[in-house]
Amino acid sequence: MAVTDQQRLSYIAAQAADARVNVELQTEQMTLNLGPQHPATHGTLRLVAKLDGEQVVSADVVCGYMHRGYEKLTEVRTYPQITTLVNRIDWLSSFANEVPFILAAEQLMEVEAPPRAQCIRTALFEMSRIANITLFIGEMGVQLGAITPVFFAFRDREYVLNLIEAATGGRFHPNFDRIGGLKDDLPRGWIAETKQAMAKIRSYCDQLEDLLMGNEIFETRTRGVGVIPAEIGLSYGLSGANIRASGVDWDLRRDQPSPLVWKDLDWKVWTHPDGDSFARYWVRLQETREATKMVEQCLDGLPAGPIQAKVPRIIKVPAGEAWVSTENPLGEMGYYVVSQGGLGPFRVKIRSASFNNISITPWLLKGVYVPDIVTILASLYFILGDIDR
Amino acid sequence: MSSVEPETPEAPEAPEVEAPAVDPYASDLQALRTELGDALVETGAQRGDLWVRVHRDAWDHAAEVLRHQLRYDYFCFLSAVDWMPHTWPNPKVIEGEGAEEAEEEPPPSAEIARGFAGGDSRFQVLARVYSTTRHQGVFVKSDLDDAAPAAPTWSRTYRGADWHERETHEMYGVDFIGHPNLANLYLPGAFEGYPLRKDFPLLSREVKPWPGLVDVEGFPAGYGGGEESAAPAAPAEEGAAG
Repeated sequence: MAVTDQQRLSYIAAQAADARVNVELQTEQMTLNLGPQHPATHGTLRLVAKLDGEQVVSADVVCGYMHRGYEKLTEVRTYPQITTLVNRIDWLSSFANEVPFILAAEQLMEVEAPPRAQCIRTALFEMSRIANITLFIGEMGVQLGAITPVFFAFRDREYVLNLIEAATGGRFHPNFDRIGGLKDDLPRGWIAETKQAMAKIRSYCDQLEDLLMGNEIFETRTRGVGVIPAEIGLSYGLSGANIRASGVDWDLRRDQPSPLVWKDLDWKVWTHPDGDSFARYWVRLQETREATKMVEQCLDGLPAGPIQAKVPRIIKVPAGEAWVSTENPLGEMGYYVVSQGGLGPFRVKIRSASFNNISITPWLLKGVYVPDIVTILASLYFILGDIDR
Repeated sequence: MSSVEPETPEAPEAPEVEAPAVDPYASDLQALRTELGDALVETGAQRGDLWVRVHRDAWDHAAEVLRHQLRYDYFCFLSAVDWMPHTWPNPKVIEGEGAEEAEEEPPPSAEIARGFAGGDSRFQVLARVYSTTRHQGVFVKSDLDDAAPAAPTWSRTYRGADWHERETHEMYGVDFIGHPNLANLYLPGAFEGYPLRKDFPLLSREVKPWPGLVDVEGFPAGYGGGEESAAPAAPAEEGAAG
């Protein structure tokens, strides 16, 4: 199971030998360019690493290949049009991006969606979390050379995506959340099918636990690799599973008041004390299980009633400021919205999770070996659209 | 849901009034006041967050106090706001359909609402930190010099501020004094101008003023099914529209 002392000793011995060789031979530094098209970068992230032999001396992240300027574009769009934009920030869990923005607009307008809408919102939010993290759970394997998990991931994620499509009309970009409620009610038969899909996802989690977490190669390649101490992680602004894997017991779903119904559900926040790549994987796997339970509880306790509160046909938001953040699959996602009373916002600051999560890489990659770069990038789990906005 | 008024209950002249019976921020505010003195310009509380405005010379000292003394361990974000009104033709007025509802003009430039903890300058830097143990957040903002916006760097106190300051630098032209490397993060190296400033034109909107309406056919009469709609529509169409 765990890394044996023998392995650890041989690792240290190898490092010491490397160091001795470096002193004796004065090896020349080499620049290694990763990306912008590397599969480990989930898009177009470029990494320029200076290597001394197999060890990283310094690493620079080059982003911006996908910068779309959403903060500028929001200033020339109306509030209902902006959900289309924010859908595309973290494209694997689009519905979860819409929610904090809509909540911020609702806060400024002082409207609140009816209980049924809040409950469906929570269910769809957690389903987009499942759609997002199931992919990570499989993909982490493929980054380390195990090809099977990613096929499992794409197979079982499809059930969730089909259900999101059935309810919202969009597999990836639902654009379903509205100020004051939701676009539509759930289709007939959806609840029963969703419960079946949740059971499938749980069995997928069990399979992956057997396949990967019990695998010796996976363990040796992730245990002790990319350790983030809690204090440094928080200082970099890491959030979500990345910081919970460093032992910080903090989840915005539990720790702040929200109109969504997380507080009424029975679930658990998982943390792991190690802070390494394995811990980040483990925490995400547990979170997927919790999310399936939360979806089921939402659907069991779904209140009757309308799904849309009364709002004007042309939405005008009174002047003011609002900050709303939620616990998205990748971490804390927040919108700081300034309104001057028009049809569109005056300024929107999008605080996306991956931007902070990836800003730690120059610090984290210092001194690691080249194959571990991919492990660390994969375990931090970022979406390019969430970095570049 | 309390109301979102730009005016916070307390005035900066009367520091005693700010604390309601149970204010989780009372001691933090006291510590900030002791440490920063006159540099603490204005304070307010809104929706569970504390808002403070500090003088720009004390911008980095505020971060040190918040992190080391008051234990706000989590760095959320740092950015800036340009409070200049839009200069390009205001796209907020819909022409044609729906014009009768949009009869009120957008607020004139003189009445720009400055939000919590106020402000006097065109550029403001804004940052948020959070305590993961006490679950409290603090917004810090500071007025900048309009001609040459600059503030001391936070990157020595909060490591995550490094990238946020690079982004704010390229988007707003705010100089962060003491930052190790203010290179462009998103924009190409030779990019001219500061895109998120309000006087930076969005060229695609100059060419095509209103996204979504200019290139789309007008809605049929009676679309939307509102009570006020003049043209009576057939029931089937009503259902389809709703």
